[in-house]
Amino acid sequence: MKLRHMIWKELWQRPTPMLTSLLAVTLGVTALVAIQNITVFSERKIAGDMESLGANVLVLPPSVTLQDYYGADMHGHTMPEEYVTRLALARLPGVENLAPKLCVEAEVDTIPVTLAGILPRSEFQAKAAWQGLGMLGNAVGSDRGCCATAADTGEGDNDPNSLATTRTIAELGDRDVILGRDLASQLGAKTGDTLPLLGEDFTVLTVLPSTGTIDDGRMFAHLHSVQDLSGAGPVVNVIEIMACCEDAAGGLITNLSAELPETRIVTIAQVVQTQIAVNGLMSRLSWVFLSILLLVGGASIASVMYANVTERRKEIGTLMAIGASRNFVTQMFLGKAAILGLAGGAAGFVVGTIVAAVLGPQLLGIHVRPMPMLLGVGMATATIVAVLASLLPARRAAGLDPCLVFNDA
Amino acid sequence: MYQLNSVTQTYERRGQIVTALDNAELTIPDNDFIAIVGPSGSGKTTLLSVLGGMLAPSTGDVMLDGESLYDLSVEERTALRGRKIGFVFQSFNLISWLTARENVQIPLMLSGKTAKQQEDRAMEMLDRVGLSDRTDHRPSEMSQGQQQRVALARTLANDPQIILADEPTGNLDSETRQQVMSYLNEFHQDGRTIVMVTHDADTAAFAHRTIRLVAGVTHEVSMARAA
Repeated sequence: MKLRHMIWKELWQRPTPMLTSLLAVTLGVTALVAIQNITVFSERKIAGDMESLGANVLVLPPSVTLQDYYGADMHGHTMPEEYVTRLALARLPGVENLAPKLCVEAEVDTIPVTLAGILPRSEFQAKAAWQGLGMLGNAVGSDRGCCATAADTGEGDNDPNSLATTRTIAELGDRDVILGRDLASQLGAKTGDTLPLLGEDFTVLTVLPSTGTIDDGRMFAHLHSVQDLSGAGPVVNVIEIMACCEDAAGGLITNLSAELPETRIVTIAQVVQTQIAVNGLMSRLSWVFLSILLLVGGASIASVMYANVTERRKEIGTLMAIGASRNFVTQMFLGKAAILGLAGGAAGFVVGTIVAAVLGPQLLGIHVRPMPMLLGVGMATATIVAVLASLLPARRAAGLDPCLVFNDA
Repeated sequence: MYQLNSVTQTYERRGQIVTALDNAELTIPDNDFIAIVGPSGSGKTTLLSVLGGMLAPSTGDVMLDGESLYDLSVEERTALRGRKIGFVFQSFNLISWLTARENVQIPLMLSGKTAKQQEDRAMEMLDRVGLSDRTDHRPSEMSQGQQQRVALARTLANDPQIILADEPTGNLDSETRQQVMSYLNEFHQDGRTIVMVTHDADTAAFAHRTIRLVAGVTHEVSMARAA
């Protein structure tokens, strides 16, 4: 028999107070794990969403109010395409790519469609003024800022499907058109088909994979074709800028505003800032919840331990009479506290992860996975609290007078 | 051998000084069997606590085998108690949630014996008190007499030189009392020193000597034959 054997048997001897303490500790760790889990995966989703957007800065006509990122280019206001040239020539640090766009209403066989004019990267290269800038040939996702994980849109990537994820395309003919997934279904069109559009025949270059965005219902053609055929002239509705996050969040916006004072500059970071702030608040709150609940748990453990010491006075005295040292008695109580802490931490991790897995998709539309790091944090925190809460009761037990074992003592 | 020299123990109760032991003088040679008798509050339990190294006297010396017991630290006295002294209690003081075997293993565990040594020795001791068939029973599943025999097995586990018994038959019927005293007598025959506090004259009659405590003062009453 060893000390741990005694602790274990005694724990199960008085299960009710033990389970009460365990529940308090478990709740504290559950709150931490669930909130942290949801927060972390929510942040990852936002980061992923931002990356999938490709563009994280928008240049809009000044009168436009941003209501919806994807709807922002359907406002009807325009600005000169020449702004794109100015931006490219300015060579602002942090700008990885530019995607000007002009959206117009059109019809295909009496079916109304939204036609977005986009400028392929080959057009940039063709403009002598922009030659040698190097900027537009850079792969978004080089070693700069948060773009390190974004998709490659380098010159070597000629897949028109890259438009779905990177907002840019390498080549696009004057009479080529790219269809969003939903619109292709609606029109019954597939790659290679010819569609009548703005009085001309366009060939379907590709059908984009589903993106889950408004782009699924749109079609994309060469910007200049859209400008000419719609009679809009050399204008665009929006210039999407793929910028490195740090720059987008920092001086880039100021530089862009200085370069194009006639425009409205919006960073997606501003749009998601509120969500990020909420996540940060939740993260901090989870520690507050953990602290409060662990304090309650600690108080519960201390209370249970004090009661346990009182209840076991004669037993402790007997042990001391037959040779148990004060250290042994202290270890008996602290060992019990450590078991409660470890068990509460582990149980809290399991319950918290389950809660996060259930609530994450319902509340925020995110899928969470267990975070092993939180198991360590939960168990360590709960164990430390449980042991600290048991220090005084353990000292009291170790300080008992062994003479109380005698009948009339 | 125990030697108590002018041992006085006083308590303060509600502002009054209570003298439990008053200049007590007592010599207990090895292999003695002493009964300490006296009315309630005469200091019997205090004397037993002092002899057990659990209560430092206010004044005086307690020598055990030539060593001043209370010059040792608390931890040293605890270790010495585990090594040399065994206790028998009136209410047995078994740990209710441990089996008979585990109860006997406790002093062995505290003295650092291995699990195998603990189990072997516990089985041996339980066999000696006639309880080899009840080793996995908890105290609540045994009679009073059987519980006291488990307590006796626990007392003997570390082969103590001295046994301090506090009313060992106080909770037992006459038949079981006889049985328990036979075991204590047997332990005495093994060469151990027995110091027994009792109210019962029949139980005291098993001892070689009887010391009467009156108001904390020791009086040698008789030298009797061991039963």
